[in-house]
Amino acid sequence: MSAPQVAFRTAAALLMGRDLRLALRRAGDSLLPLGFFLVITTLFPLALDPALSLLRDIAPAALWVGALLSSLLALDLLFRDDSQDGALEQLALCGQPFAGLLLAKTAVHWLLTGLPLVLMAPLAATALGAPYGAMPGILAALLLGTIALSLIGAVGAGLTLTLRRNGSLLALLVLPLAVPVLIFGARATALAIQGESLAAPLYLLGAMAVLSATLAPWALAAAVRIGLE
Amino acid sequence: MAWVWFHRFGSPPHFYRLARQLTPWFGWPAVLLCLAGLIGGLILAPPDYQQGEGFRIIYVHAPSAWLSMLVYVVMATSAAVGLIWHMKVAHAVAASCAVIGASFTALALVTGMLWGRPMWGTYWEWDPRLTSELLLLFLYLGYMGLRNAIDDVSRADRASAVLAIVGVINVPIIHYSVTWWNSLHQAPTVMKFGGPPTMPASMLVPLLLMLAGFTLYFGALLLTRARGEVLRRERNARWILEALDRA
Repeated sequence: MSAPQVAFRTAAALLMGRDLRLALRRAGDSLLPLGFFLVITTLFPLALDPALSLLRDIAPAALWVGALLSSLLALDLLFRDDSQDGALEQLALCGQPFAGLLLAKTAVHWLLTGLPLVLMAPLAATALGAPYGAMPGILAALLLGTIALSLIGAVGAGLTLTLRRNGSLLALLVLPLAVPVLIFGARATALAIQGESLAAPLYLLGAMAVLSATLAPWALAAAVRIGLE
Repeated sequence: MAWVWFHRFGSPPHFYRLARQLTPWFGWPAVLLCLAGLIGGLILAPPDYQQGEGFRIIYVHAPSAWLSMLVYVVMATSAAVGLIWHMKVAHAVAASCAVIGASFTALALVTGMLWGRPMWGTYWEWDPRLTSELLLLFLYLGYMGLRNAIDDVSRADRASAVLAIVGVINVPIIHYSVTWWNSLHQAPTVMKFGGPPTMPASMLVPLLLMLAGFTLYFGALLLTRARGEVLRRERNARWILEALDRA
């Protein structure tokens, strides 16, 4: 492998700029998971009783199951186009650290699908009866949780890269691994709604985000390389 | 030089011969230990003063639960060995582990539920240990699903190896998060598994015998399944004819 011509920082910035431009040209694609999230959270009041006291109890579950399923749905966007047109192979061959490039790609993916979900969450939370005082806690928990979910999901997407009709397999691979994020995220949200201190689950969510940002890129790079052969 | 044994272990004909020689050394002690454990546990041990005769399911439940976790670690370790040293035999061992591990996990779940019916009054309680066993079963199913979905054997080996390694890092995280989650949701169950922390020897010794017996049984099962897996993968190799002739 020849020595890289540009510094990794430049290469990663170029890659992120490219991914952002491509995604913004087809902004509708990135917004679909967000729409899915809002529809899912709307279904809970319709299926249950619209009494706000009841909705407040299930709001953490609705928000986090919605976020989990929507992040699962969004994973399709992460590698699909780049693996079809060969861009992913070029990234693997360009001599830059592949794990770092994939981390940059996942970061852009999170900016396009995770961050909008976090920003729209107060809307869904209000509809589910969460008080306004709970919003900072809900935002912080979802911010850390969606980072971890994007990274865990990316590994699953890398493993199922070349498989056709991989949707349900991807769910089976990713959802058990995402259980800790779901537990602590929902717990933090519940504490925020009750107006109590949510420091403990937030720390654990932060630890999970950091741990997955540290370890997931290596597994992701190995998985994608296997898929590209 | 010291690594010669390691490379010889990686050669399919050598592994096949070794596995065939070793299998009875695991199998027969397993049978004897399990028989002794069952007699000790089901007949000689006194009934528990709280749980009555119902506690005896522990002699199947605890070894299955122990193996469900041990098998995952064995699977991930051999998958990592296969991934790092490109050792085909290690991948075959990992592939053989999945079904065994999933079966022991299912057995632990079923016996746990059967025990829960008279003790908790319900088949399913969101007890942390039962819940993490259930998630472990999902991990095994995902592993088998991924392996099944990829046609090319070598690629299936390596992709599922990555998944097994990711899984083995996650198993403790999942276990502790489930424990933490449950302890916040409900008061500790009155009848914790196993009753009082100190078991009398008449109950403990059969349990230890069953644990050792189950573990050796897993060894024999794994060697047999791995032999079949090696045969299936090497079905076009010439050494198979010699090996089968000699058998």
